[in-house]
Formats: sequence, C-alpha cells, structure tokens
Amino acid sequence: MQPRPFVSRTADSIPPSGIREFFDLVATQDDVISLGVGEPDFPTPWKICDAVVDALRRGVTSYTSNYGLLELREAIAEDIYKRYGVEYDPGREILITAGVSEGMDVGMRAILDPGDEVIVAEPCYVSYKPCVVFAGGVPVVVATSADNDFRLQAAQIQEALTPQTKALLIGYPNNPTGAVMSRPELAQLAEIAEQHDLLVISDEIYGHLTYEGQHTCFSSLPDMKPRTLLLNGFSKAYAMTGWRIGYACGPAPIIEAMMHIHSYTALCSSVLAQVGAIEALRNCEAEMTEMIAQYDHRRRLFVNGLNEIGLPCFEPRGAFYTFPSIQGTGLSSGKFSQALLLEEKVATVPGDAFGECGEGYIRCTYASSIDQLKEALSRMAQFLDKLDSGKLPVSYA
Amino acid sequence: MQQVLEILAQQGPVDPSEIATRLDRPVDEVEALIRQAQEEGILLGYRALINWEKADGEKIYAFISVEATPEHNRGFDKIADYVSHFDEVHSVYLMSGISDLTVVVEGSDFREIARFVAEKLAPIPGVRSTATSFVLKTYKMEGEIVAEEAGNHRLAVSP
Repeated sequence: MQPRPFVSRTADSIPPSGIREFFDLVATQDDVISLGVGEPDFPTPWKICDAVVDALRRGVTSYTSNYGLLELREAIAEDIYKRYGVEYDPGREILITAGVSEGMDVGMRAILDPGDEVIVAEPCYVSYKPCVVFAGGVPVVVATSADNDFRLQAAQIQEALTPQTKALLIGYPNNPTGAVMSRPELAQLAEIAEQHDLLVISDEIYGHLTYEGQHTCFSSLPDMKPRTLLLNGFSKAYAMTGWRIGYACGPAPIIEAMMHIHSYTALCSSVLAQVGAIEALRNCEAEMTEMIAQYDHRRRLFVNGLNEIGLPCFEPRGAFYTFPSIQGTGLSSGKFSQALLLEEKVATVPGDAFGECGEGYIRCTYASSIDQLKEALSRMAQFLDKLDSGKLPVSYA
Repeated sequence: MQQVLEILAQQGPVDPSEIATRLDRPVDEVEALIRQAQEEGILLGYRALINWEKADGEKIYAFISVEATPEHNRGFDKIADYVSHFDEVHSVYLMSGISDLTVVVEGSDFREIARFVAEKLAPIPGVRSTATSFVLKTYKMEGEIVAEEAGNHRLAVSP
C-alpha cells in the first residue's frame, strides 16, 4: 500500500526560504565572493573559546536549569540594565534559548491562540512569518519601503489592526535592510501598542551593531516593559552564530510559559554555549567594540561604492547589511542575483527572500574583508557595464 | 590621527580617499594627517610582513642579549647607535632586566650570525658580553599569528 502523505498541511503550507534555494545554486559555483552571508566573518573571540575548552576539561557537561544558568541570566540582567536602564529579574523574567530563532518560535507558541494575528513588518528575517504560522497564528504583513528608509510607520500599523491583532513583531536594526528606528519613532509604535493592548516582540539581535546614535531597547520606552518580549543573543555582536545561544526577556508569565515549552522541546540550551556567553558578557566588551568599528569602516566603504557604481543604496545605520535598489536594471531581484552570480561570481540574496516588498532590491552583507568588498564592487561594476551594453545572455531578462 | 595610524598599521599603505570614506572625514584632512605623521617621524614607512620560514630564500634571526658598559652622560646611546649601523642588525632595543641591549640579527644561516657576533659585535669596545639565542620557529610576529589559518567555514549564503 502506498503510504498517504504524512506531512501536515501546516508544514506543507510554508514554502522553503528563498535563501535556501539560492544557496543550492551558489554551491554549484567556484571562486565565489559571497555577500550572501548573514553572519560575522570574525571568529569567536579567543577568550570565549578558551573559557569553554577549560569548562569542558573541568567536566561542565550537564543539563542546566530549564531557564538556563543563573549566572548567565544575572550577567544578562546586568548588561541590559547597564546599557538601557531596564531591570529584568534573572529568576523569572529571562530564558536562555538556542539563539533568537528558538526564542521566536517558543515565544509565538507561548502567546498565540489559533487565529490570533501578529503584525509583521517586512522585509524581515525569514523565520518571522513561519514562526507565527507554526504557532497557529496569522501573520499580517505590513510593507516598509525605501521612501521611509525601511522604517515602520505608525499609520501602517493602524491600517493593519483588527480585533484579532495580538502582537506586533519588529526587528531593528533590520535584517535585510540595515534600517534602524529612532527612539521617537519607536515611541509612536509604543503608543499604538498601549492604545490597542498589544504585545511587541522586539528582535534586537543587531542592537549592538548600531553605527550612528544609540540603539533603543523597546522595553526601555515608558510603560513598555510589561508589553515587550525582548529577543536577543550572542551570534552577531560576539561572532557566535554557530554556538546557538540567545535569550528572551519579558513579563514573568510569558517567560514562564516559554520555559514550559522549552523544557519539553529543548530541555535547556547547550551548557557550553552558556559558559561561552558568560565569558562574552564578562570579558569581551573590547573585542566586540573592535569588531563593530571594523564593520563601520566597511559599511561606509561599501555603501559609498554601491552608490558610485550606480546601485542606489540608502544609508544603513545598523546590522551589517546593505539593501541597494536594482530597479534601474529592469531585472527582478531573483534574476539580478542569479545573473550576477553566474556572470561575475558574486553571491547576493534577492530582496524578495525577505518579503514581497523586498522585490527590486538585493541584500549584500559587508561582514567581509575590505579586499573582498573592493573586489566584489569591481565585479559588480563590470556586471552593470555588461548589462548596460546588452552583453548579457537574453536568458537573464 | 590615532584612527588613521591604526588603519595604516594594520593594512600598510592605504589610499587616503579610502581612509577618508572609512572614517567619514574629508580627504584633505586625512592627507594632511599622514603628511604630519611622516614629518614628525611617527610614520616611518611601510614594509611587508613575510614569514621567511615558508619562503624559499633562507633567512634566520637571532636575539642577542648584550651587556655593555655605559658611558658618562650618554648611557648606552652611543654604543646602541654604533651597533644599529651594521646591515646584519635588524633592530636594537635598550632593555630593563639583566642585559642592557637586545640586538636582533638577521642572517642566511647560523654560521653567518655566529661569525657576525664573534667578529663584529663582541669586539666592539664597551661590549662586555653577548648571549645569542636563535629563533627556531615563529608563532606570532608584529601582532599576526603565523600558524595555519583556521579557514573560512561560513556557508556561502545564510539567512
């Protein structure tokens, strides 16, 4: 007997990430300069690795509390208080997760009932909408645009509100655009959250990577702590992507509900990653500051270069992404990225992988060495020349 | 000036316009800072950092601890300056601790360096003793770790 299709309709309804698809194509090419990577090019600071190797030798290999090591939660609480002046109780208001990705999943499952709507600002990280859907919720997309430097406008949220709206999901500094939102702009979102009794899920994984002005932690806005589920982690600021270590901070009942789900599905985050995270918070401020300074140099160089070669790019003030417009070329994002890869061996990610409104843009990461960035710019310029002079195969059109 | 110097120290000669973009400063200002650093003897020049152990041309180094007799009013300056002028000498430092000077000597083999010490360095009036230590393997030089690179393990495309 032929087995019936066992995959659930929900799982089946979520298309694979556009990034995944593109990854497979890139894998077929040699000598590629990749601007398609969503992670630092620095290795994890040596001190962190050393602390973890030492812990391994001392036999630190057991489960931890479901919430995570208390010492790590205390260090996180101290760090958030020091930077943003928000007090979180390490005992009840912080959960250690396997990166923001797990925090997002468990957070959605903890707050959503079937049919609850979550307003999601796009373009955004690829997992936002799927996490809402897997938790039984309904994502309601709001499209930000280059006209507003990809910042979410309060009026857009007003339009998307329905009686089923339960939460607003934002991620600033933003992946893929590099957009940041100022404190007064975030305060406008806070006002709507207050008026309409919404929870705000704020993914602040790129918070440290803010190059002009200060990052605003959403829960530091007046009255917002009880309405904020703050998600953050160590991947980007401390170059620890593969460690899978992050945290969620929020009202005790939500964190407790998340801990319940986490305790049954993950039990606890890797103890070694937790040890590494403690070392990062306690002793690696200088290493982090140096990496951020390097990203800032590359940012200016690369944004300047993109504008010079004729790919208009608004100034990204956070994260390590640029989101240049390729609309002038007449190609779709997907075709542009594909042609650029095959012709000049530069990998970028088509903007529509991050939401429909990302069409017309490509995401380029500047977390690469200056030499690589310069070479990529020169290859891209060459590609644009070929396009202009009609020397590209028609199959790309 | 500090930020400009740090970029030059890390990367060697970099086009002033690139530095200007990276630091968000006017090009004129960066050019003036570089000129000033050169004029004031802060920026001495640019050299390539080469791991000679890997290159074909054999080149070895020795660190020589020198005990010397200081001179009235001039300390070790005269003898250190004299030692500095030999082509074989790579660098010379006045040291705290047991010896007075550390002289780094470059040569194509052990014998050449031994001959330099015996025939040129040790006989200098004022040099009381020398202790030669040859470099056997380099692990880090000028802030760069020489060991094999870990390699890039990043995926070519990731979210």
